[in-house]
Amino acid sequence: MTTIPTPLKPAIRLRGFDAWYGDFQALHSIDMDLPENRVTAFIGPSGCGKSTLLRWINRMNDAIPGARSSGQLEINGHDVLGPATDVVELRRRVGIVFQKPNPFPKSIYDNVAFGARLHMKATKAEMDELVEWSLRKAALWDEVKDRLRSSALGLSGGQQQRLCIARAIAVGPQVLLMDEPCSALDPRSTASIEELMVELRESYTIAIVTHNMQQAARVSDFTAYMFLGKVVEFGATLDIFENPDCQETEDYITGRFG
Amino acid sequence: MKRSSTGPAARGALKGASSRHFRKWKERGLFSLLNGAALFSVFITLAIVWVLGAETLNFFAQDEVTVGEFFGTTQWNPLLGAEKHFGIWSLVCGTFLVAGVALLVAVPLGLITAVYLSEYAHPRVRAILKPALEILAGIPTVVYGFFALTLLTPALKTLSEDFGSFNALAAGIAVGILILPIITSLSEDALKAVPQSLRDSALGLGATRFDTSFKVVFPAAMSGITSAVLLASARAIGETMIVALAAGSTPKVTADVRDEIQTMTGFMVQMALGDVSNYGVEYYSMYAVAAMLFVITLGFTLVGAYMRRRFREVYD
Repeated sequence: MTTIPTPLKPAIRLRGFDAWYGDFQALHSIDMDLPENRVTAFIGPSGCGKSTLLRWINRMNDAIPGARSSGQLEINGHDVLGPATDVVELRRRVGIVFQKPNPFPKSIYDNVAFGARLHMKATKAEMDELVEWSLRKAALWDEVKDRLRSSALGLSGGQQQRLCIARAIAVGPQVLLMDEPCSALDPRSTASIEELMVELRESYTIAIVTHNMQQAARVSDFTAYMFLGKVVEFGATLDIFENPDCQETEDYITGRFG
Repeated sequence: MKRSSTGPAARGALKGASSRHFRKWKERGLFSLLNGAALFSVFITLAIVWVLGAETLNFFAQDEVTVGEFFGTTQWNPLLGAEKHFGIWSLVCGTFLVAGVALLVAVPLGLITAVYLSEYAHPRVRAILKPALEILAGIPTVVYGFFALTLLTPALKTLSEDFGSFNALAAGIAVGILILPIITSLSEDALKAVPQSLRDSALGLGATRFDTSFKVVFPAAMSGITSAVLLASARAIGETMIVALAAGSTPKVTADVRDEIQTMTGFMVQMALGDVSNYGVEYYSMYAVAAMLFVITLGFTLVGAYMRRRFREVYD
């Protein structure tokens, strides 16, 4: 079972999607719909292809020599993989947050404004407003409003990760990809990021890769269990965790495997 | 019987003891050797500083010169004429004129090359370009000197009659080519040291490769690049052979690159090679100039090293 009958509007649509690194096939015939304004979690053992899949959605894999793909991948009806796709525009619409918080060695303000400055001309007042809006949305404003001009590298790991989220949403994406966004954070920071994800769901379609089963259970609406480049099971998180169809999924979730 | 039963064991023990002894001495010997080798360079440096300092004091002890004249006037004429003049600034000016031209040539070219090599070049192109640059760094400076004198200067003269047979521009361009590999190589190291994650973040925000290179990677490597430029400046200021051959021997305070000038190093070559007696104020003046040069290049090197250290701490 790889597609779910759902009344929700699909934001990301994959059909027969394959991906390779050189001769190694990393993804096999993925068919799935990621619903709009929901959190979809990808779980599975290391090397199962979940990060690869995530990185194809905004074509971060373009830069990797030998990476190629075939099949269909659409976001809100727009083709992602075709040669006609404007990668810059695609990435503006599909933000990504990485495993390790990686703010630019610039001020907090400039970090948030960076992407926006690339894509639009704004007056100082408009930019101030956008920076504040993004930081509020990322639940970081109150902590940094008095030191917007100081270096982002002075923030704690959790604050840095929320800054990276603010930076991503400042360019106005429709989709947020999160590649193990909490794996480098302490439990408190993790909790704050998880809360944030649930709030951000209102405005964005979120796809998250995680190794933390509890996290997937807490934050996601849908969960895909992947193994060896295939989506083994995909469905509502509650069903996957409480009543998985496949023995493999159950074994992985309960910790007997993986 | 007794001997045969205890002999081998005793011999074994003895052998063990002697080899232990030998090992200990070998260790000590090696340690002293290594220590000595390391101390040697420190000793040489201190000896140079000592000689420079002592002879510079000797210079200022002479009747013909005062500290005020040395640092306060701009005419340098220790050899010819009835009256000798020791105003260091004409030599300092010549040095900075040549170094300035060199940096104007090498900094833009070097940084663009570094960005290209680090951010754009295909690995195969890089595999050819980098060694080519390193070969450039291995060419003896006398070759650059002749290059400036016999190729650049005639070429400049066809452009304008105003260029002298010796001029600051030709020498400066040659010094620029000389320091180009330093700037390129060190800057490329600095750019390469910027974590890939920063590039990914920028690209993930919809930045083009150009935006990523120049708005994220380049600023992130700024302290390393600054240090590269400072170290190259020290090299340009200290460069001797090219300026001795191509820049001339007329100390003057000027900003006109078509003019013949003299640098601090150029003056020292002239003194060391010329038939000046090994005493007297003009001879000692060489040490005063050397001390001045030493202080200037040391300053550049120290600031460069400091920037480099600070830069390393950012991502570790």
